[in-house]
Amino acid sequence: MAVRVQQEDFDVGAELLALRQGNPKIGAIASFVGLVRDINEGDSVAGMTLEHYPGMTEKALAAIVEQAEGRWDIYDALVIHRVGDLKPTDQIVLVAVTGAHRGETFAACEFIMDYLKTEAPFWKREKTAEGERWVDARESDEKAALRWR
Amino acid sequence: MLTVLYFARLRDALGVSSERVGLPADVSDVAGLVAWLRLRGGVWEDELAPGRAFRVAVNQDMADAASGIKDGDEIAIFPPVTGG
Repeated sequence: MAVRVQQEDFDVGAELLALRQGNPKIGAIASFVGLVRDINEGDSVAGMTLEHYPGMTEKALAAIVEQAEGRWDIYDALVIHRVGDLKPTDQIVLVAVTGAHRGETFAACEFIMDYLKTEAPFWKREKTAEGERWVDARESDEKAALRWR
Repeated sequence: MLTVLYFARLRDALGVSSERVGLPADVSDVAGLVAWLRLRGGVWEDELAPGRAFRVAVNQDMADAASGIKDGDEIAIFPPVTGG
């Protein structure tokens, strides 16, 4: 398992290759990449700043991945989440899971992402034409996490 | 002493990112600490009012109102998270 919080961008191809290298038992990799959009709540977004709680963030992400590993028969998982200033089209987050078959890897990947959205201490601040604003948490994200209980 | 950290919109609203406070004699859990902070009045009373959406972590683990607090703990108070 690897969890990384970083300002720098990441190369999805290189990360997926590194994750599966040396393990011929892997039959499936499921991955999710989250991107910065140029619109939110009907307003155009010029960019955003991602803040986090250093220390707790890494701990929370590792705990989420551990839960996924306990629940599904997967081989490995990787989470990379960026912080700092980002602009539309930038990559924000990568979750990748390897396993023998697609079922477990799809489920574990979605679970990690849903829990990350509600349990990992990150906050987005958007730049719009009217100035900067903190992004409000969405009820739909809470519901997405609750369905795994 | 407790270290209390504030993040994101709550840090902006309260005007403080971190502080060291002596553990109040009658505070032993998260609910007690939040009630004690609310006594500061003004923006503290508003932002930490019952029904407002905020979360608390104790020593970097998500906590709830009943979670215990002891001397030396790191407490963080922040808005619902919005990563991903």
